[in-house]
Amino acid sequence: MPAAAPMHPFARLLELADLQVDFPSDQGVLHAVDGLSLQLHAGEVLGIVGESGSGKSVAMMALMGLLSFPAQMRATRMQFAGQDLLHASAAQRRAITGKDMAMIFQDPMSSLNPSFTVAYQLSETLRLHLGMDARAARNHAATLLAQVGIADAASRLDAYPHQLSGGMCQRVMIAMAIACQPQLLIADEPTTALDVTVQAQILELLAQLQRTHGMAMVLISHDMGVVSQVAQRVAVMYAGQVVEVQEAGALFDAPRHPYTQALLQAMPQRSQGAKRLATIPGMVPGVADRPSGCLFAPRCAHAQTACNTPAPIHRDGGSQVRCHFPLHPLGAIA
Amino acid sequence: MATSTPSSFASFWTAFRRNRGALLGLWTVLAIVCIAAMAPWLAPYGPTLTDNQVFLTPPAWQSGGSAAHWLGTDAIGRDILSRLMHGARLSLTIGVAVVAISVVLGCALGLAAGYLRGVFDMVVMRCMDVILTLPSLLLAIVIVAILGPGLVNAMLAVAIVVLPHYVRITRAAVLAEAQRDFVTAARLSGAGHLRLMLVEILPNCAAPLIVQASLGLSTAILDAAALGFLGLGAQPPLPEWGTMLADAREFVLRAWWVVTFPGLAILVTVLAFNLLGDGLRDALDPKLKR
Amino acid sequence: MNPVQPAQVVVQATSLGQTFRIGRGLLRAPALLRAVHDVSFSISAGKTLAVVGESGCGKSTLARMVALAQEPTTGALALHGVQVLGARGTALSVARRAVQMVFQNPYGSLNPRQRIGHILEAPLQINTRLAAPERRALVAQMLERVGLRAETAERYPHMFSGGQRQRIAIARALMLSPALVVADEPVSALDVSIQAQILNLLQDLQEALGLAYLFISHDLGVVRHIADEVLVMYLGNTMEQGDKNLVFEAPLHPYTQALLASTPALGRPAAPRPTRLLQGEIPSPLAPPAGCVFASRCPHATSRCHQERPALAPLHGRLIACHEAARLAASP
Repeated sequence: MPAAAPMHPFARLLELADLQVDFPSDQGVLHAVDGLSLQLHAGEVLGIVGESGSGKSVAMMALMGLLSFPAQMRATRMQFAGQDLLHASAAQRRAITGKDMAMIFQDPMSSLNPSFTVAYQLSETLRLHLGMDARAARNHAATLLAQVGIADAASRLDAYPHQLSGGMCQRVMIAMAIACQPQLLIADEPTTALDVTVQAQILELLAQLQRTHGMAMVLISHDMGVVSQVAQRVAVMYAGQVVEVQEAGALFDAPRHPYTQALLQAMPQRSQGAKRLATIPGMVPGVADRPSGCLFAPRCAHAQTACNTPAPIHRDGGSQVRCHFPLHPLGAIA
Repeated sequence: MATSTPSSFASFWTAFRRNRGALLGLWTVLAIVCIAAMAPWLAPYGPTLTDNQVFLTPPAWQSGGSAAHWLGTDAIGRDILSRLMHGARLSLTIGVAVVAISVVLGCALGLAAGYLRGVFDMVVMRCMDVILTLPSLLLAIVIVAILGPGLVNAMLAVAIVVLPHYVRITRAAVLAEAQRDFVTAARLSGAGHLRLMLVEILPNCAAPLIVQASLGLSTAILDAAALGFLGLGAQPPLPEWGTMLADAREFVLRAWWVVTFPGLAILVTVLAFNLLGDGLRDALDPKLKR
Repeated sequence: MNPVQPAQVVVQATSLGQTFRIGRGLLRAPALLRAVHDVSFSISAGKTLAVVGESGCGKSTLARMVALAQEPTTGALALHGVQVLGARGTALSVARRAVQMVFQNPYGSLNPRQRIGHILEAPLQINTRLAAPERRALVAQMLERVGLRAETAERYPHMFSGGQRQRIAIARALMLSPALVVADEPVSALDVSIQAQILNLLQDLQEALGLAYLFISHDLGVVRHIADEVLVMYLGNTMEQGDKNLVFEAPLHPYTQALLASTPALGRPAAPRPTRLLQGEIPSPLAPPAGCVFASRCPHATSRCHQERPALAPLHGRLIACHEAARLAASP
C-alpha cells in the first residue's frame, strides 16, 4: 500500500549534497559513490534502485557513519534534521544514529548476534538510547515484538536467533530499529534474503509502521517491484551516480533516463510475451575503464557525441535526471 | 572482455610485502639457507676438526680470543662458527625432512578421512586425538627410546608427533571444499573418487597447509634440538645445534660462548620461520583480503 | 546436433521421493526429514519445466535427484526411456552424459585453481577418447557458442564477472551434449540486465540444440518468461502442475494464488492486497502436518484438509492437489 503524504512538506529531514566515497585499490581509485545529491522530507518514502556496483548501499552506510578504512568519504553537505553530520564528533554521531536514524540490513540471520537472546538485544537498544531499566526494557521489548507482528511475543523474547526463521529475524531487526521511534529508517535490501510470501508480509509491515510512526524511510533494493510497492519517489543509481529521481508511478511508466528504460525493458515481467528479453550491451565500468563523460554513454542506445562530456543534472522539485538527452524533458537545468 | 587482474602470485606478494616482520623472517631464512648451502666453502674449518691447542678459546672480541676463531672453540678445540654453519645444514635438513614426511602422510590421511567420512574418518581422527593428548616431547622421547637414538629416528619421532596437526587441517579444508558446487559438477561429469580428491579438492586446501608447514619447520627444528639436547637425537660428533648444547652444559659458567651461540642459532632460526609462517598466513588468508 | 521429434520425451520422473535421516546421537532413532514426496513429471525435447516454490519446498533436492547427484529414496527416473536409478558403472556413465547441471552460485561452481580451458576439457577427458587438440577445438567452439572469445580458455575464473561465469558453467554443462539440463536457480544471483542476457542464451541454446530444461527458480517473473510447464511445490509436495499459461492466468490452488499475489508487481497494485497475503510460517519438514501440508496456512482449509492428504488430480486442464479446488473454482 502506498505510504501517506509527508506531514511537513517543507521540512527537509535529510540533505545530502555531492557525496563522494572512494576506495583506493591496486589498479586505481574506485569511485563507489560519485557526486550523489539527495533530499528527503519528513515522513517520505524514498526508494533507491540499482544493480551491483551502483553504490546504493555504500552511500547509505556513509550516511550512517558505518564506513571504515580504507574508504575515503567527503561531501559538500550532510545534514540530518538540521544537524550537521559532516563535522560532528564520533560521540555526537553515535547519539544520532541508532536513535533518530536506524538501519536494517539484508541478511537477518547474520545481523543478529547469535550468542544473545532476542530480549537481550532489544533491551540493549532501549537501555542505551532511552535509559530504561531492565524490567521496563523487557516489557517494552514485548510490546515492540507484538507491534512487528510476532505472535506470542512474550514466549519469543527468550529465543535465540537460530531458533527463529528468516522472516522472524527480520521482524526482530525491524523492532530494534523502531524501538527509539526514529525519524528515518534505512532499509538495505530488507527482503532480498526472504521468500516471496514472507517478503510481502515484511513490506506490508514496513509500510504500516511508516504510516503509524510517520517516519521517513529509504528503501534500497535491486528489485524494482519491491520498491514500487512502498516508495513515493524512486532514485535510480548507476556506477556510483544518481541518474534519475522521480515519483514512483511516473518512473515506471515514463522513465527519463535511458538506463532506467533499459533496466525496465530487461525485466522478464515487461517482456510482454516476447521470445527474447531486451538486454543492455556491455558491462558496468570498473576501475580501469571509467568513462570521462556520461558513465552510461558506452552502453546507451541513444548516445551521441555530446555524451563524451559529463552529463548535466536537470532538476525540478524533487525530481532530477542526469542526462544530456533525457527521454522526456524536465524543468530547467540546475 | 574480462577484467585484467594481477596474477594470484603478484597479489599474494603485494600483501606479503606489507608485513615487515614477515619480510625480516624471509630474508633471515634465505640467509640461513645460503649459509647452509655454502657451508663447506664458507666455514673456516671442518666441523669435526679438533685441535687440543686451542680448546675453550673465547670469541674474537674478548681477551684471549683470536681472529682465527671468531666465535671461539669448544672443549675439544672445534671451531664453533664452523660447527654452527654445518649445523645449519643439519637443522634445515631435519626441518624439511620432518615437514615433508608429516605433510605427505598427514595430507593423505586427512584427505581420505574428510572425503570418505564414516568409520574410516572416525578411526583416523580418534588415533590423531590419542597422539594429541600425549605431551609432544614425551611422546617423541618414547618413540626414540623404542627405535633407538639417532638422527633418522629422531626425525621420524618428531614427524609422528606433529602429524595430527596436518591431518586435522587437511580434513577441515576437505570437508569445506567437498561441498562446493564445482566438486559436484566434476562428479556429474563422471570424475571418480581419486580425481575428485587429488585434482579438484586438494589444490584448494593448499593455503592452510603451506602456513602450517612453514610454522612446522620451526617446531621440527626445536623438537629435534630438544631430542639432541637429551642425547636422543643426533649423536656426537654431528654438529647439530641441540647436541652442541648438550655437550656444553658443564661449561655454562666457565665458557659462556659454547652454550650461547648454538642457543642463539636455534632462537634466530625458529623465530625467522615463525615470522615467515605468520606472514604467509596473513597474506594467504582470504578473509583478510579486501 | 540431430533435430529431434518435438514429442520425444527426454525424462520421465515417477513418484520421486527423498527422505533424509538426521542423526540425533547414538541412542536415539534418527529423525526423518521428508524433503521430496511423490513428485512426477515428464519433459520433452525443446521444452522447459519450471519448478517453483519457496525455501524448504524441496526443489533443490529434486534438482539434485534428477541430475543424478543424489539417489532418490523412492521413485523411478527414466532418461530416453531407460531406467537410471541404481545404475552403476557403464550404465551410470551413459546416464550422466544425458543430463547435466548448472548451479546457482557463479562464484562457487568453477574451480578457482583451474583454467577455464581445463574446466571445460575435463568432461571430455573423463568420458571420451579424444586427443588433446580435438578437445581444445571443441572447447573453443563451445566458448564461442556461449558468447565468449576462444582465447579466454587461458584465464582463471576470478577474472570473469558473474554473468560470464554462468556462461562458462553453461558451456561446461553442454560439453557432453546432454539431452536434459537441470538449471538450479541459474540467474538468481545475477543483476537484472545480466539475467536477461543469460535467459536469452539459454533459450537460444534450447532452440539450436533441442535441449530439455528442468528450471528451478523462486522468481515467478523469470519462470513466466521461460517456462512451458510449471510445477509448484510446497514442503516437498506438488501443489499444482500444468501448462504455464493455465497456471499463471488462472491459478486454482490457494498456494499458487498466494504466491502470485505476493509477487511485487511494478506500479500501483490494482487488487486489494492485504487479504491475499499469506500469514504464518512454513512448518518444519521434520514434522510435516497430517493431511494437506498447506492446510496450516490455507485460508480455505476445512477439517478434511487437516486430516486427509489430497491426491494430485486433474482439474481444468492441470494437475492439482487440493480438496477444495473444484469447489473454489466453481464459485466466483
